[in-house]
Amino acid sequence: MKTIKHLSILLASGLLFFSCSDDDNGPDPVNEEEVITTLNITLTPVGGGTATTFTYQDLDADGPNPPVVSAPDLAGNTTYNATIEVLNETENPAEDITAEVAEEDDEHQFIFEITGSVASATATDQDGDGNPIGLSFDLATNTAGAGSLTVTLRHEPTKPNDGTLNGAGGETDIAASFNFVIQ
Amino acid sequence: MKKLFFITSSLFITYASYSQECESILKGFITDYHDKTPLNGATIQTLDGKITAISNSTGKFKITGLCDTTYIFEISHPKCSTTLVTISVSGLTEQEFKLEHHLEELEEVEVVGEVLFDQTNSAQEATLNTKSLEKFSSATLGDALKQISGVSSLNTGSNIVKPAIHGLNGSRVLILNDGVRMQDMEWGDEHAPNVDVNSAGSVTVVKGASALQYGGDAIGGVIVLAKNHIFKSDTIFGKTIINGVFNGRGGSINTELTKSFEKGWFITGQASYRRLGDQEAPDYILSNTGVKEFGGSLHFGKNALEWGWDANYTYYDAEIAILRASHIGNVDDLIRSINSGEPLVINNFTYDLQNPRQKVRHHLGKLKFYKRFEGIGKWDLQYDFQSNRRFEFDLRRGDRSDRASIDLELTTHTLSSNFKWDANKNLNLNSGLLGRYQDNFANPDTGVRRLIPDYNKYELGAYTIAEYRLGQNWVLDAGFRYDFTQIDAKKFYRISRWEERGYNEDFQDLVIEDRSDIGQLLVNPIFDYHNFSSSIGGKFSKDNTGNLRFNYALSQRAPNPAELFSDGLHHSAARIELGDLRLKSETSHKIALTKERDFTNWGFTIEPYANFINSFIILEPTGVEFTIRGAFPVWSYRQTNARLLGIDISSYINWNENITTNHKFALVKGNDLDLDIPLINIPSANFNNTISYQKPSWNNFEVSLNSSYVFRQNEFPPNIEVFSPNGGENILLAINTPPPAYHLLGIDSQLEFSLGGKTKLTSGLTINNILNTNYREYLNRQRYFADGLGTNIILQLKINY
Repeated sequence: MKTIKHLSILLASGLLFFSCSDDDNGPDPVNEEEVITTLNITLTPVGGGTATTFTYQDLDADGPNPPVVSAPDLAGNTTYNATIEVLNETENPAEDITAEVAEEDDEHQFIFEITGSVASATATDQDGDGNPIGLSFDLATNTAGAGSLTVTLRHEPTKPNDGTLNGAGGETDIAASFNFVIQ
Repeated sequence: MKKLFFITSSLFITYASYSQECESILKGFITDYHDKTPLNGATIQTLDGKITAISNSTGKFKITGLCDTTYIFEISHPKCSTTLVTISVSGLTEQEFKLEHHLEELEEVEVVGEVLFDQTNSAQEATLNTKSLEKFSSATLGDALKQISGVSSLNTGSNIVKPAIHGLNGSRVLILNDGVRMQDMEWGDEHAPNVDVNSAGSVTVVKGASALQYGGDAIGGVIVLAKNHIFKSDTIFGKTIINGVFNGRGGSINTELTKSFEKGWFITGQASYRRLGDQEAPDYILSNTGVKEFGGSLHFGKNALEWGWDANYTYYDAEIAILRASHIGNVDDLIRSINSGEPLVINNFTYDLQNPRQKVRHHLGKLKFYKRFEGIGKWDLQYDFQSNRRFEFDLRRGDRSDRASIDLELTTHTLSSNFKWDANKNLNLNSGLLGRYQDNFANPDTGVRRLIPDYNKYELGAYTIAEYRLGQNWVLDAGFRYDFTQIDAKKFYRISRWEERGYNEDFQDLVIEDRSDIGQLLVNPIFDYHNFSSSIGGKFSKDNTGNLRFNYALSQRAPNPAELFSDGLHHSAARIELGDLRLKSETSHKIALTKERDFTNWGFTIEPYANFINSFIILEPTGVEFTIRGAFPVWSYRQTNARLLGIDISSYINWNENITTNHKFALVKGNDLDLDIPLINIPSANFNNTISYQKPSWNNFEVSLNSSYVFRQNEFPPNIEVFSPNGGENILLAINTPPPAYHLLGIDSQLEFSLGGKTKLTSGLTINNILNTNYREYLNRQRYFADGLGTNIILQLKINY
């Protein structure tokens, strides 16, 4: 019978636990640090002129709204010095992810794909091993016509690679396509 | 069912008649007290020797022509001490006798007569005993259960194995671990049961919802892990199993020790550790597929006739690496993986567990008390506590790789009580009550939106089950259960998702905090579910060469948290998963029939079934959404009416004293009746054949060759079209297309050596996939990325002491 007494004490303490553990306050929202919402490309014509900015923005991240794209016209037969900015605009003020990519440049690479009247898009920066990163690149246009530029940021790609998506491997962190007119 | 698996030698049945004009029958089933192995060749006789019978290879015997009176029988077996047992015979009397088998030198062996102890009377059931489980000592519970016809698994690689019964898994399959319903976040496809297969003495699978005492929502079925019964005797015994595993270059060790006392006190301790590095497919290393697993349990208590109690604590801790190549960025990465034919990341072999990986740990504590009331029945009271913690680590930018992307903690308290009226010989009644409280906490420090929100869940259940013996041949059963479930969650929704789902029209009153500043709403859904379940059936057995059982089970299951609340990107699958707040309970009507028959040298079991599920909750690809990462297939939960039709067949043939063959076939067809398309993730038909040779005189030598043929699943829902940003066009994503059929061969052999005294050494050699065949399994979520395992050689040493 002694055992029964001990058992009932144990059971009672279990019940006590049972009734005390309901301590809820409302949860806090998660501070989403790794989300990328925005890709800005600033294109400055070599030899001077007004800079043009391409924007690819998805403020609800993996929410249902599709990204909003803005790609103004470019001039023909022109080379642009382009720089990429990557932001997390779910935070206020927006967090600049560009620095994070630059810091881990050996684990990241922007791959550029072009069609139409775009002549070339070539990275102009290098990581510590001398491989391209793509945070800055040169974009050259041909004569007038339609053109497109697809910018893909790969995390943990094979480096060095042949500059194609298949060659780079890794996982896609950003895939942004811009269709524009070359005048 | 169970006997099919444990046929050991030739089958013969001895009938004995007594010369009086009496017509009563005693049917018996003699098993090993510890591991439930049927004992062949035990002699049962009256003291005057006039009535004699010998148990057959399934442990069964039958004596006809008895009178309705009390007999004293002597039971003897070459490996057990002779024992006397008193039985009062009345009509057809069935009794199970448990003999202490492997402790041959014990002076006193206690025999306990007990009414045949199945989980249900009329449902489809199968049991794996200790010996069958030991073969899977270095694998998982899910692997072991696949020996049973009709049980398959949903895998993520080879280390995450979720058991599926008759095509259903996850929340539709309950797992009872020593009487405690596991609460280990079973709602996730890539969440395996947090159970160490070494901690169980036997495992029974009930293929359906008929075991109402365990829950009313087991639309798929129930898996009951039981500890071996410890008998009253002053003794100490134990065992140690060491496995060397070739594929993965690791192994496992399991050890357990039991001390028991004459007065009923006992204590058992068990611990196991398993470690594997990267495993290998026939052509390449499966990079990042290692595992580290630790399990331990301590079980003690006192068993007496009048009352008893026991306490159990079980710990489980596993760290499982997930194939590196299965972590992908978007739908183009998925297309690339599907087209590539081999994993996109193959590194050198390593024991390191890198990201992506999971880390889970489970504490289970149980305290149970029972008391028998003479002439009335037995009362049980049980409290159990479970704490389940899950971390999932992803490939992350910055220094965040050591920070989990998913960090969930699930705490469960359950108090339950059961009363069994078994004083009446023809009617057994079993009634119980249950209360459960559960708290889920999703840690916000992950820096990743919560997949599953914080919630509290309350459950109340009540049931009554009756078993009635009708005449000589029939046992009828009926049961009813009611469950109340309330879930009280607090979740942040993105405003864009809230509106896209139309929740702003139906559920706006649930919003408790408007956080437009961060584009989110805090919502407090409180949902109640009232579920009814019942089971009715019967078993007809005319002699001990077979029986016929039929069962109808009605069961209802409330939607789980993933089905209700998930919303977000699932990296391991490159898909956006969307739950639905509008989901209601699903209702299943299952009809199952079992025909079991044993002839002199062969026997079979046929189990057809039909399961009609109203408002079946299903997750399937429904469309595509675009994000800055690219396109992702959207997988949404919806409800439909579904029908599952299937049949499990197994049979055995004893060709001669040494050679036995076993044959198993399982087929299930699942259809979405509303859309008239096949259901997703229904296991393919499979056909399994084994030929075994055994020679007891050569140190109990056993060798078996196993052939497993898995058909291609030809019935699957249509693929979806997605826009590929890289391709610049719509392409068909072959996400549902099943892989081809495959055939695997395996060998299993063992030898036993006596090491003097009661110490025994058993050595075993198992080779899986002997021909190093390339294959992919439809129900493996990594089939898009890599082949299944190549040849694996497992060396096992077991010492009983």
